[in-house]
Amino acid sequence: MALIRRRASAPRREPRAADFEIASDDSWLSIADDASVPATGDVIVSLARFMAESEALLAREGRLGVRVPNDTLPELLAPLATSATLIALDFPTHRDGRAYSLARWLRSRFGFRGEIRATGKVVRDQLANLARVGFDSFELARGSAELALASFDDFTVHYQATSDQPLPLWKRAARA
Amino acid sequence: MYRYDEHDRRIVVERARQFRTQVARRISGELTEEEFRPLRLQNGLYIQLHAYMLRIAIPYGLLSATQIRKLADITRKYDRGYGHFTTRQNLQLNWPRLEDVPTILDELASVEMHAIQTSGNCVRNVTSDPFAGVARDEDVDPRPYCEILRQYSTFHPEFATLPRKFKIAVTGSKNDRAAIAVHDIGLRVLKNDAGEIGFEVYVGGGQGRTPMIAPRIRAFLPERDLLAYTEAILRIYNQLGRRDNLYKARIKILVHETGVPEFTRLVEEEFARIASDEGLVLTPDEIARVTRHFEPASYETTPATPTLEGLTLGKDRTLARFVEANVLPHRVAGYAIVQISLKSERLPPGDVTHVQLDAVADLADRFSFGRAVVTHRQNLVLTDVKIAALAALHADLAKHDLATPNVGRVTDIVACPGLDYCDLANARSIPVAADVASRLRTLEQEQDLGPITLNISGCINACGHHHVGNLGILGIDKLGEEFYQLTLGGDHTETAAVGKILGRAFAADEIAGAVEKTVRTYLALRTSRDETFLAVYRRVGPTPFKEAVYGAHPASSQRTAA
Repeated sequence: MALIRRRASAPRREPRAADFEIASDDSWLSIADDASVPATGDVIVSLARFMAESEALLAREGRLGVRVPNDTLPELLAPLATSATLIALDFPTHRDGRAYSLARWLRSRFGFRGEIRATGKVVRDQLANLARVGFDSFELARGSAELALASFDDFTVHYQATSDQPLPLWKRAARA
Repeated sequence: MYRYDEHDRRIVVERARQFRTQVARRISGELTEEEFRPLRLQNGLYIQLHAYMLRIAIPYGLLSATQIRKLADITRKYDRGYGHFTTRQNLQLNWPRLEDVPTILDELASVEMHAIQTSGNCVRNVTSDPFAGVARDEDVDPRPYCEILRQYSTFHPEFATLPRKFKIAVTGSKNDRAAIAVHDIGLRVLKNDAGEIGFEVYVGGGQGRTPMIAPRIRAFLPERDLLAYTEAILRIYNQLGRRDNLYKARIKILVHETGVPEFTRLVEEEFARIASDEGLVLTPDEIARVTRHFEPASYETTPATPTLEGLTLGKDRTLARFVEANVLPHRVAGYAIVQISLKSERLPPGDVTHVQLDAVADLADRFSFGRAVVTHRQNLVLTDVKIAALAALHADLAKHDLATPNVGRVTDIVACPGLDYCDLANARSIPVAADVASRLRTLEQEQDLGPITLNISGCINACGHHHVGNLGILGIDKLGEEFYQLTLGGDHTETAAVGKILGRAFAADEIAGAVEKTVRTYLALRTSRDETFLAVYRRVGPTPFKEAVYGAHPASSQRTAA
C-alpha cells in the first residue's frame, strides 16, 4: 500500500499531479479499538473511541486523527471538525460514494481545515474526484503509485464548483 | 443548438484519452474485469450477451446533421452498419470491439459528442421534450436548463458513485412529453404569475420492478436555484440512499421509505445551507449565455397554402395518412413538426441503418435547419419543416423506409433489445414486437384506432417502459420458458399512471392475439372515434378486457397461474 498526499507547499486547488507526492514519512499510526493508545505521537482512532474517550485523547501529546465510517450521520462530524487534525474516511468498496459527501460537508458545512484521508478500497481512478471534494491524502489499495500520481492530470478543466474551487467554470472562464 | 467552446471540447477529448489508458490497462491485465467494470460503465460500455455495447449520449435528444453523419460513419466503420435509439434518447451500438472504443470516442469528440455517464451509478443523460423550442403549448424552452444540468452533472466528483443510476428529465409544457413523472428528478419549467421562470420539482419516480409516480416536492423553484436544489437532492440521496440491496437503491425507494414530508424536509434543509453558495447560484448572465445557443431558427414567411388540414384531406392518400399520423402543428405559421417512425416492418423498434442515418442527415439539412431530435418513443423528429415542403420530404422519406404513418399509433411499439441482445433479459422483445405489429397493421389501416402507446420490456428492469404504455408487455421467465404479462392503463404523460396487470401471463405465441383482442374490445366499447383507448379503459376498467382476452370465466380458463 502506498500513501499519496498533497505536498505541504501545495494549496487546495483543482488537482494537478505536481501538487501531490508519494509519501515516505507518514507520521500517523492507526490504532485498533482493542489496542492501547501510545502516550505520544500522531494517532488515528475510531469515531466510537473518540466519542468515548475524547477528553483523554485530546489531552495527550501528539496529534489526533479519527476514522469515520462512511454511514456516519453528518451531524456527528461537527465536534470532529474542531478537535481532530486528520479525519480518515473509509471506502468499503470503491463503488460506495458516501464518503465524498461527508468530505464536502466537512469542508463546507463544518469548516474543517485539517487533512482528510481516503482509506480502504481506494483506486487510482478515484483520486482526482477525491481531491476535488476535499481529500488531501489517499491510501492506494493497489497498483502503481507513480501512475496513480499522473492521473491527477487526466482532466485539466472541470465544470463544477467543489471543495477545492469555489467557482463554477462559467464564473472563472470567458465562455462563448 | 448548443455548440461546444474550448472547455467543453477539451473535456471530451481528455475523456477519450483517459478511457484509452483504461482500456489499455484492461487489455494488459493490469485491471481485472471487476475493476474495469465501473470505469467502462461510467462511459456507457456494457458487456451484452454476444459483445460489448456502447451507449452514446445524445443530450436531450438533439442532433445536428453533421453528428448524424458521424454516427452513420461510426456504425459503418466500427459496427455492423446499424444502431439502436433508446427510450432515453441515446444511441446504442451493439457490436463494437473493446480496442476500437477509444477511437470511437475520439470520433465522437470531433463532432461534440461523447458517451459520458450513459451508464453507471451516476447522473445520466438529461432527457427532454422532443418538441422543445417548437411546441405550441410550450411555456419555456427546457433545453438551456438541460444543457446547464448536463454541464453541472458531467464528471461531478461527488456524485460519480451514487447508490444507483440517476435520471433527470425536463419539460417546458403542461402536456408532458418527457415523462417527468417516472424520473428520479422530473422538472417542469414554467413562468409564475409575475412572469418569473422557475421549476416544479418532482422526485422519486421510476419504473423497473417498483414503478412509482414521482411526488412533487416543490411547486416553484426559482431558476437561479436549479443547481443548488439538484445538489441538495443528490447529496441527501448519496448519503441516505440504500446500498444494501441493488433493487432498493433508487431514490424512489428512499423517498418512499423516508416519507415525502421528511424527505422534502431533508432536501430543503440542505438546500437552505447551500442556496447562496457562489458556486451554485445560477446567474442571469449564465442562463442567457446558454439560452443564446437555442435561439429560434430563421423562419421564413411561407405561402398560406397548403395547410396541414388541406393535406390530410388531399387526393394523395398516402401523404394524407402520413400527415395525419406523423405531422404536428408548429409554433410558427407555415411550418410543421415531422415525426419519423422507426417502427417499419423491416427493422426492430428504434433500429436505424447507416443508410437511413445518412438520409436523415441530408433531409435535416434540406428541410429542417440541419437538425433532428430523438424521442423517448424511439422515433426521430424533424422539428422545422415548411408545410409546403411536406410532400417532397415525404417522398424522400419513403425511399428509405422512413415514412411509416404510425407515430403514436398502436404499431409504433417501444421495445428494449430484449433477450436477442441483452444479458439481463428474461424474454425476447423484438420478435414479440414484430408479431404484435403484423397482427395489428391491417386493423390499423382499416380503422382509425387513435392514439395508443404499446411498450414492451424483456425483463422487470423495464427499459421498454412497459409500466407506462397504454398497453404494456413484460417478458418473464417461467421455468425456462418465455411468458408475457399484459398490463393496461399505463400513461407517461401529465396524467401519468402505472399500468395494471390484466391476468395470467401468455405464452410467446399467444400474446399478439391477446393484444389484438384488447384492441378490438376497445373498438367495440368506444363511444366515438374521439374516445381514446386510455379514456375507454379509465371509463370501463379492466373487466370487459379481461372477459375478451381470457373468456367470460377467467378462473376456469387459466392454463397457468401468472
